Amino acid sequence: MQRFSGLSLLRRGLAGQRGWQPQWRHADPKPSYDALIIGGGGHGLGTAYYLASEHRLTNVAVLEKGWIGGGNTGRNTTIIRSNYLFPESAALYDHALKLWESLSQALNYNVMFSQRGVLMLAHTVHDVQVAKRHVHANRAAGVDNEWLTPREARAFCPLLNIGDIRYPVLGAALQRRGGTARHDAVAWGYARAADALGVDIIENCEVTGIRRNADGAVEAAETTRGTIRAPRIGVAAAGNTSVILKMADVELPLESYPLQALVSEPVKPVFPCVVMSNTIHAYISQSDKGELVIGAGTDAYTSYTQRGGPHITSHALEAICELFPMFRRMRMLRCWGGIVDVTPDRSPIIGRTGVPGLYVNCGWGTGGFKATPGSAHVFAWTIARDEPHPLNAAFTLERFRDGNLIDEAAAAAVAH
Amino acid sequence: MLLIECPYCGERPEPEFVYGGQAHVARPRMPAEVSAEEWARYLYLRDNARGVHAERWRHTHGCGRFFNALRDTTSDQFLATYKVGEAPPATAQVSR
Repeated sequence: MQRFSGLSLLRRGLAGQRGWQPQWRHADPKPSYDALIIGGGGHGLGTAYYLASEHRLTNVAVLEKGWIGGGNTGRNTTIIRSNYLFPESAALYDHALKLWESLSQALNYNVMFSQRGVLMLAHTVHDVQVAKRHVHANRAAGVDNEWLTPREARAFCPLLNIGDIRYPVLGAALQRRGGTARHDAVAWGYARAADALGVDIIENCEVTGIRRNADGAVEAAETTRGTIRAPRIGVAAAGNTSVILKMADVELPLESYPLQALVSEPVKPVFPCVVMSNTIHAYISQSDKGELVIGAGTDAYTSYTQRGGPHITSHALEAICELFPMFRRMRMLRCWGGIVDVTPDRSPIIGRTGVPGLYVNCGWGTGGFKATPGSAHVFAWTIARDEPHPLNAAFTLERFRDGNLIDEAAAAAVAH
Repeated sequence: MLLIECPYCGERPEPEFVYGGQAHVARPRMPAEVSAEEWARYLYLRDNARGVHAERWRHTHGCGRFFNALRDTTSDQFLATYKVGEAPPATAQVSR
């Protein structure tokens, strides 16, 4: 792997940018591996990277049916935060946030992580109570979060309209360590680093079956590029996880919904932070390219189409125009959908499946990007040791049977 | 935006409707007598089908009535809508 440094950039620049090598090999599948990861998004590529870098498991392949980072990793709004209510969630997401803080250095790849602060608005008395409860719970758990008055919120985000609006801003919770990262760079950075450690990244390879031996344990994945044997298979397939797990007769409490986002034409830097409002449903930040990146809600119905209805995106834009009147004349360039796998309690499932050798990392719903490094890190541990990392021990499949929900859905009282 | 045919009112735009999740999920008659697995299955496990999906809709801003639909989740095309209590039409008979 060619390492990036200021010196190497300068040298190649002066040489006319010639001599750069591809960032990862285009591997063809071998007949067998020690472990397979199904799903070449951030979570799957990260899992392969941590298997190789922390657990010395380098005979690993990542199988991706399209191109890496072409699913939800390339479709999200890149927001990173860890201010979840329950101790299990806050610990898992803050583990991810701590890994984000040194990820560019670890991967030798600039993921453009920017801790510009995430402001979550409160518009009703109930919002204020819920947000303050989150602030106190987070601070007690060692996760930064602070309460701002409406004026303080406007001082932090000067474009914010706090008064002349149908649902006035009554305050906001601010996580200063939160922010954004370049989502494509996360996939590419993990792919490059995993490839350098020997991991095969196999694109255009769709899994069509999971073969099990007489004991019921997994032994191979049937794919569009042939049968690939492996004693361990980890699935990180987001919205298509139900489909993959059904191949091994495992049923999951998941439903797949379209989640839409859109970007505006690029403009000069105007927006200093991330603002989200669960109540009137809008998420907004500005990318380094200058586009406003806007997140809308999920469509009402389950679907695998990676698109959704325009009434969902226009609803989000109505909220944006109320909160930031200066954006009313902005033109939107593109919108798209991703398929998100939602659990009943809006918390992920990371762990064993009941089928020996088969592991699943799913149910990240509408908020998986922020967790990418932490999710990948604990999932690699789970696959390598056949037991959960302490941080994902509570995120089992069995919690739905046993009633041990981690009910972030109820905690936020809205889709999130 | 979906165009949905309410069996009572005809075709109407999606915002008139509320989605009601998977259809034909029967509540166990004696909840106290079923196992934890069966109860969790009723509460949480859904087909999440990639393909034809039987689902409930309610025409909230119209007649207010629930009905069922068959929809292909890979195209969002409705194959049929039918009244509550009726069996789902065989998908092979539905013209696409």
